[in-house]
Parts: sequence; structure tokens; C-alpha cells
Amino acid sequence: MRRKIYMTGGYNTVSMGTGRSEFHPKKPRPGLEHYISEAGKGTLDQIGGAENVDEGVIGNFMASRFNKQANLPGFMPMIDEGLQWKPAISVEGACGSGGLALMSGIKSVLAETAEVVLSLGVEVQNTVKAIYGADILAGAGWYKNRKNGHAYFFPGQFSDRAGAYYEKYGYDRARAGMKRWFRNAVENARLDDTAQEYQNKVADLDALYDKLKPNGAAFVDNLSVLDCSKVSDGASAIAICSEKGLDRIGVDKKDAVEVIGFAQVIRNITNFPTDLTEVETIKKAAHQAMADAGVTIDQIGTIETHDCFSIAGVLATEALGLAKRGEGCDYVAAGKTARDGEMPMNTTGGLIGWGHPTGATGVHQAVTIWQQLTGKAGKAQIEMPEDRPYGMTINMGGDDVTVIAIVYKRG
Amino acid sequence: MTYEERLKNVSVLGAAGKMGSGILLLTAVEMADLSLLPENKDKSFVLNAIDVSPEGLSGLMKYLRDQVRKIAEKKTVWLRNMYADRDDLVENIEIIDEYIFDVLNIVRPVTTMSAAYNSTLIFEAVSENRALKVKLLTDIDTNNDNNPWYFTNTSSVPIGLIENEANLKGRVIGFHFYNPPAVQRLVELIKTDNTTEDVIEFAHLYAKKLKKIIVPSNDFAGFIGNGHFMRDALHGMKEAETLAAEKNIPLYQAIYMINKVTQDYLVRPMGIFQLIDYVGIDVVQFILGVMNPFVEDEDLHSDLLDKLMLQGVAGGQKSSGAQKDGFLKYKGAHVTSVWDVHKQTYVDIDTFKDECDDMLGELPDSVVAWKSIIRNKKKDEILAGFFNDLKASDALGAITAVKYGLRSKEIGEKLVSDEVANEVDHVNTVMLTGFFHAYGPVNNFFE
Repeated sequence: MRRKIYMTGGYNTVSMGTGRSEFHPKKPRPGLEHYISEAGKGTLDQIGGAENVDEGVIGNFMASRFNKQANLPGFMPMIDEGLQWKPAISVEGACGSGGLALMSGIKSVLAETAEVVLSLGVEVQNTVKAIYGADILAGAGWYKNRKNGHAYFFPGQFSDRAGAYYEKYGYDRARAGMKRWFRNAVENARLDDTAQEYQNKVADLDALYDKLKPNGAAFVDNLSVLDCSKVSDGASAIAICSEKGLDRIGVDKKDAVEVIGFAQVIRNITNFPTDLTEVETIKKAAHQAMADAGVTIDQIGTIETHDCFSIAGVLATEALGLAKRGEGCDYVAAGKTARDGEMPMNTTGGLIGWGHPTGATGVHQAVTIWQQLTGKAGKAQIEMPEDRPYGMTINMGGDDVTVIAIVYKRG
Repeated sequence: MTYEERLKNVSVLGAAGKMGSGILLLTAVEMADLSLLPENKDKSFVLNAIDVSPEGLSGLMKYLRDQVRKIAEKKTVWLRNMYADRDDLVENIEIIDEYIFDVLNIVRPVTTMSAAYNSTLIFEAVSENRALKVKLLTDIDTNNDNNPWYFTNTSSVPIGLIENEANLKGRVIGFHFYNPPAVQRLVELIKTDNTTEDVIEFAHLYAKKLKKIIVPSNDFAGFIGNGHFMRDALHGMKEAETLAAEKNIPLYQAIYMINKVTQDYLVRPMGIFQLIDYVGIDVVQFILGVMNPFVEDEDLHSDLLDKLMLQGVAGGQKSSGAQKDGFLKYKGAHVTSVWDVHKQTYVDIDTFKDECDDMLGELPDSVVAWKSIIRNKKKDEILAGFFNDLKASDALGAITAVKYGLRSKEIGEKLVSDEVANEVDHVNTVMLTGFFHAYGPVNNFFE
């Protein structure tokens, strides 16, 4: 790395949608403006204000359809007048848009065209019912496959992955792993008051999961709604800085994380995955990022991975090398990804528990890692082992198409 | 004629009314679904929505558009298969919009009766007026060469009378939906002495396709549903009048108390006076009038209802679905005051509620709310516990409730002994599904 890169001043809005008591599908709700503004201000307040910012990036997937709004860079100065006349761009890579917003900021700082970048991710998806939202989100796949796809397109894609996994490795084992993934997600979300499942009071999550069996007639063949991430409105923001930038904003290195490696990998969207039981792009990105950082998986203490579906969480454990092929389900079922397990994953709930405002998710993952590594995670705080001080985020757009992996350590 | 052929040209009379619009919606969707099947792709399906009100028909089309969208959103997986050959329809929204068009495209809103002259099946959902029903069906039948079948949504007039007077000769059946037809799963099926087997067979198949629960009722005025409800309502009014006289309290206070007993003590979705208001005081009065000439051992009549109608208090619902004031006055879902028939004004509940509640006495601790128990698998056990506590109590409310429960059972049993219902289960099913009661009236809770 030609310069040191830091992240600090992370901020999450609430992930709003079903599960939150204040969410009413039929009542008017805050829009894009509210979430961009709240998250942007949340970070600016921690870094000495807008005058310290050289440029802004907004990660967003489909505001053009969910909110009939494009040209999102224009919203940056709405956060604070101090951002008027400064550069800003928006980036899109489906659910990997937030990760791309981080990448864009990292590259600007590396290129020495900026010392402080405000990176923000946002999505407001509850503007349409889920059945229409499915059309919009299907844009993360190749449009030419839409006609033959499922009504719930992405659940359909990952249902096929789950089905292939069941067939190859056994239904009961697979479901046991997915069930534990779901339970971990909700239990972790209950520790973060911005999480969509924060108020979840279900006493026996395993029993609920067992009761709600996949039903292809009503939804998809191999997944129930509990296997799916949430439909969310929300935004997250974080500042990406050089050392000079950190000095400028007056934040101590110990209150920042340092980016020590990253990778951004793309798979051809017009091809089907070669093997449905493997997330090949995640595997490549994660291993490249670790190689870039010069660390191995056993030096990493916590990971935020893109669990848009529980099966994606299970597959990620295999892609990362935590478990052998076909044994990720057992690894998860044994509690090894739980917050007190061998490799705590998605410690604030991930996409299933915290929520999945698609364009914001990549940034939210970075905020969680920043919180955990700097001791700012509140009730969700885990203890980072001294011999495993590193954190990693893995953000995925589409069906293993656009993947961003980043490795961090405390600054 | 196959099921599909029978449904190729259908008419709904009174299509813009509350019941008619629901029947039209369900039938339009069923016909459209048939038209989407590969074997029916080149056949045409026509559903005449006949009503005297052009405004009503205009409102009907909007209602259909909104309701069909909701239905389509729930079966998009199936619709994607049905439209799989349409390369121009890719997204859910495109498929749903096409389906809405396909359903609406079957419907022909008209104000002229002659539209029904080509139909093979006619749903009749005009107001509960025997002469009007007979006149319309006679007109259609003399002008229609198809020997059409008539499904009449009659709630109290004996179907056999309509059959005879309109000379329909076995081609008619009572197919009584509950309000609102799109939601309520109960259908009372009433055949006459002549209704042919193929009409009955079709009725069962059609009900099954619409996911309705059929309860057969014999052809006695009021059938099972109104047969129970009307007598139950009369008992409630009589109880209120008796209570007022015995305790020397104004009638409006007694009405409040009986309404409370029937809702809270009997664990019903609403009190009996609220239910009369919901159905409409005018409708209840009218149905009693239809039924009374056909019963020999009872007088199905209420002076109290007559009095309220003369005072211009009619209940029922506004077109928005909001409750109009009747025995009770409403603010949203809450009852705020009760009609005083003597002073002809509403009296605020807060001015007498505490006094009346004291007279009724304490509810046992085991009391359960209808809402919390209706889907509980152990509801019978829980209810038995509560009702046992009621029986053990000597409080006025408990005594009145037990008496009411026994009367409700007596009404149910009489419907069987009078051969209106073939069995007790049919009575219970009607009250459970059509009236959303948590338990059937014929039970052993109150013995």
C-alpha cells in the first residue's frame, strides 16, 4: 500500500422495515433525503465538520426505481452546505454498491487526490411492496434471465443454491446450519439498537425456524422468509482518511481502523455460477484481500460477510477456508460463527438481523468492524483476541458477481 | 355442459351492490383463471355486471381494479407460469398489470337487463325483495334460450317461492354469501325440492374453486344464519327491556349492559346491539318481516326496532365502510354513547358506565378476550374454564350471560328440530365462520 488508509467516524441510521415497531407500511415514511442527511451528519459530527472533507461518494443500487431518483451526488451538499462545490460521485454495483463506495474512497486517498473522503451508502426500499421490489432487485442479475426467473428473483437464485447444497450434502445438516445462522443473526441484532430485529422478542428462534418450512407454492422451494435478509430503508457513512487526513480531523489513530488490504473481484454476469454450492467470487476476493494484507484467516478475529440469505453465510465459511466444502453447515451449527464462537461473524446481526438497505450494506459492514476493533460496539462489543487482531468485510453484489473484500486492523 | 362452458357467459344482477360487487369480483377472477389455461386460450369469457346505477358500476370497476391487484400480488408465482409464453411480459409488475387487464376485460358493466339474455349462469344479488327478484328472473328466463341456471344470494326469502313464481323449474339454488363475499369463507347452500343434481354439483365445484366453505341449509325463511341471528337479536332486545323494568333503570343503560354481556361475557366479536347496528336496524327489521309469516309458533317482530326506525335511527354502514350510528353511537371502533328512545338523543356512556358495571358485578379473573382466543388451539378448554366460573358466580352479568348462552343453544337446537339445518354441526359452522364466533351456539358450556 503506497499510503496508510484509515476509516473512522462510522454512523448507522436505524435499519427501517418490518420488525421495527415504528414501521407502518401504510403510513408516510422518511425518504432518501432523510437517510442520506442523518448518516452524513452523523459522520461529519465526528470528524470536525464538512470543511474537513475533500470529496464525497454515495453508494446506491436502485434509487432510480425505488425512489425515481438519480443524480445522487447532488444530495451531498444537502447534508451540509460545506460540501457545496466539492467533488462527489455515486457508484453502483447492486448490493455491493456500499463496498464500491468504500473502494472509491480508498482509491481517491491512495491516489492522493483526497485526504478525507465521506463514503456513504443508502437505500430506501419500502416504497414498493415486496413483489414489485423483487423486480427492482432482479436488476442485480442479468436482465435476459429475468423472464425465466422466479417471481421473487433473488430468493429464487439462492433457493437454487440451497437446493443444490441440500442434494449434495444432505438436507438436515444444511438446514441445521442455516437455522443456527438465523438464530445468531437475531441474537446479535438484539444488541444493536439500530438493527431491524433489535426488538425481536421471539423466545425460541429455533422452534420458529423449524415451524416455518420452505414452501414453494407460496414463496421459493428451498428457503423460508427466515432465511432471507430484510427489506430495509437505511444509510451508513464513514470517513476514509490518510494519516494527514486523520491529523486534519483531529481523530486519534486508536479511534480509527487501518485498511491493510483489499480486493475487488468481478464475475461475468452473463454466465451462470459454475458450481451452485460454491461462492467462487467471494473466495477469490477474500483470499486476494488477505494476501494483499499479508494475513491468514487464523489471524482474523471477526468477519462481516454478506448473508443476503442464510445459505450465503454457510457458503462463505467454506469460501473463506474456515470449513471444508460441504462442512460449512456443521461449522455454523456448532456455534463457531456465533459471537462467542471461534470466528464471530456478523456481530450486529448482518443482513438477516441488522437489515439490508442494499446500497448501504457494504458501508454498514465497515462501520461494524470499526466499532468492534475500536471498542465502540456498545452492547454488541466482542472481545478481540490479541493474536487475531484483524477484521474483514465481504460485500457482494448480485449472485456472487461484484465482490469487495477489505481487511482492517485497529489504527 | 362442462364447468368451463357454464362459466363462458355469466351475469351478476345487482353487481354494484355490497354483495354483488364481491360476487362479481370472485367470479371474474375465477373466469379469468379459466381463460388463462392453455386449453382455453382461444375461448371468450363474458361476465355481465348488471346494475341500475351507472355511478355504482363506475365505482365497481375501480373496486375490481384494486382488489384484483391484491389478488394478483398473492399469486404472482402462478401467474408467471400462466404467462410464460408471453415474451413481452418480463417483470412481476408487467404480469400483474396484464392479469388485471385480463380480468377487467371479461367484465361488461351494463345497466340493461337484456345483457343477461345470453348467459348460461346468472347470479342474483339484488335487494332482499321477493317481488323484485321474481320480476327480474321471470324477465330473463322468458327472453333467454339457454335454460340458464340461477344462483340467488337470498338471505331470508324461501328459494322455492322464487322458483315457483318465476317458473324456473329446478334451475335455481340459494347461494348465500356472507358479507363481504371476497373475505368471508361461508356460503349457505339452499336447494329447493326441484333443484337438479347438476346444478348442485356445479355449485359445490364453484364454491371449492373459490375456496368457500359450504353449509347446506333447508329452504326455510331466514335459513340457518339469519334463523339464528334474528332470534338471538330478539332475545337481546327482550333481555334489555326486562332488565330495565326489573331494575327500574332507563332502557339505554340496559342496552349498554346487554351489549357488554354479549361481547365480554359471551366472548363474541361484538355485542348484540353493535351487531344489529352493523347489519343495519332497517335490514334486521326487514328480514324479520320476511321471516315472520313463515313461522307459526313464534312472533319474529320487535316493537323496539320499529320505534327506532320511526325515530330515524337505522345503523348500517357508510359507503366508506364506516359504521353509522344506531342503538350505539361510534367514534371509530369505539362506542361513545347509547340512544335514549324516550328523549330521542344519545346519552354519553361515561355518565352511567360505572354504575352499570357495578350492577353487572365483577368479571371472573379467568375472563378472555375474543380477539386473543379466536385462533388459540386450546380455546375450548380455556372457554370452559371461564364459563364454569361464570356459572359459579351470582353476579348479575354472569347470570344474564349464562341465560343468554342457553337461549342461543336453544335457538340452534330448534333450527335442527325445525329441519332448517340437517345437523347441529351445520348451525355451529355457520356461527363460527359466518359470524366469527369463537364457539358454536350448540355446546355444553352453560348447562
